[in-house]
Amino acid sequence: MIRIQRQIPWYEITDERFYENRRQFIREAIAFSAMLVLPRCLNASQNKKEDKPQSIKPKGKFDTDEAQTAYEDVTTYNNFYEFGTDKDSPSKLAKDFRTKPWQVSIEGEVKKPKVYDLDELMKPFTQEDRIYRLRCVEGWSMVIPWLGFPLGELIKRLEPKSKAKYVEFTTLLDPTQMQGQKRDVLSWPYVEGLRMDEAMHPLTLLATGLYGKSLPNQNGAPFRLVVPWKYGFKSIKSIVKIRFIENQPMTTWAEAAPNEYGFYSNVNPEVDHPRWTQKKERRLGEFLKRPTLKFNGYAEEVAQLYTGMDLRKFF
Amino acid sequence: MRKITRLILFLLCLAPLFSLAYKAATIGLSANPIDDVTDTTGTWTLRFLIITLTVSPFRQITKWNEVIRYRRMFGLFAFFYVTLHFLTYVWLDQFFDFSEIYKDVLQRPFITIGFSAFCLMIPLAITSTNYMVRKLGGKRWQLLHRLIYPSAIGGVIHYIWLVKADTKRPMIYGAILSLLLGYRLIHKTLKKNS
Repeated sequence: MIRIQRQIPWYEITDERFYENRRQFIREAIAFSAMLVLPRCLNASQNKKEDKPQSIKPKGKFDTDEAQTAYEDVTTYNNFYEFGTDKDSPSKLAKDFRTKPWQVSIEGEVKKPKVYDLDELMKPFTQEDRIYRLRCVEGWSMVIPWLGFPLGELIKRLEPKSKAKYVEFTTLLDPTQMQGQKRDVLSWPYVEGLRMDEAMHPLTLLATGLYGKSLPNQNGAPFRLVVPWKYGFKSIKSIVKIRFIENQPMTTWAEAAPNEYGFYSNVNPEVDHPRWTQKKERRLGEFLKRPTLKFNGYAEEVAQLYTGMDLRKFF
Repeated sequence: MRKITRLILFLLCLAPLFSLAYKAATIGLSANPIDDVTDTTGTWTLRFLIITLTVSPFRQITKWNEVIRYRRMFGLFAFFYVTLHFLTYVWLDQFFDFSEIYKDVLQRPFITIGFSAFCLMIPLAITSTNYMVRKLGGKRWQLLHRLIYPSAIGGVIHYIWLVKADTKRPMIYGAILSLLLGYRLIHKTLKKNS
């Protein structure tokens, strides 16, 4: 069974020509590899590890096995009004956005309110891939492999008091970096919120990356919320404040147009937006529209959160 | 000379369509190409309506009568782009789902008004030939072609009602249109009083 190689195989034998010039070969090899490595070292301050999109396969019970939206599309077709209202402006205007250092203020009805350094806040949690559908209120959708951890795990650690019935999130306010905030298209800073049971649901994610790499700025770096059964605008980006409160918070889009965007904003083909239908959606990359699923296809997991509620009234 | 000017203008008016086709064929449109086509054709409809409505005031102010020769072409290009816009909606966006289109037109105000504005442009395109001008008679033809005013207003409202929060661009079209219509109102009253 055991084979012993008696001879040195041909591919191990150095060609005489190389042997003669070995010193020069080594010199050249070193110079060449320096050429490859140096520019990366210079960039190392920005991306310290190998930070390239990875291919992600469905593994967990929440992962969808649907075709994933191309990385290029996920990172150039964005609604992030802090960086302009065109779909392609966040990828252009967020290039130099500073996400380091980043501080997160934990406030309200928790045992220890504190301003955390992001690294400190994230340290205890293992990041995992989660492949979710994302449905925008505008009628298009994507499938994105996020990288993150359940928000519920963080909340448990922060030990909210019994008074904490809602969680409110706030995006950074910095018009010098976020040029879109110089125009009052929305009332800045962007605020979103969840009911405590929604926030604790195992589907609700705090994402720090996508496609296995750290979150691109235009997708809400350094970390964002992902609530896959709600319209995309609920999944607030670039969070600087998490506040635990007793009453339902006022959220940005609900404030801008109360009859169009509700606090819950669960994906629901039966409840139209007053100005357009929500029955169908265009999955980016596909030609024909597909029917929109109730709770964006996560009804089995989340429908029980809303039993007895009139989803037309609480849209 | 006139022929060459006309040809150059004609090609220029087609440039938005060529540029869209070129982008689609080379670098590609955005992740939502159907939206890109809808946006571009809609925007150029409004632009051509505004160009068409600029011709008369421009002529009156500059006394350069030559420009009136190109008004019909601009108007027909507005109709050309609105037809593409409508076809994009029916074909690419809704894919001939006529029950859904029917509901859209009746239930969604921005589509109701956009569709109405499109319908108002159809008789204008049909009666754009010299023959039709003669057949209708100048007075009646002119009266009919005032339909461009409600049509352009409808187009701007269609744009305002479809955006989510950022109304800057539709408001710019609204401002230019108000200027052009305001000019006509003032010009008319001045003429009456003198």
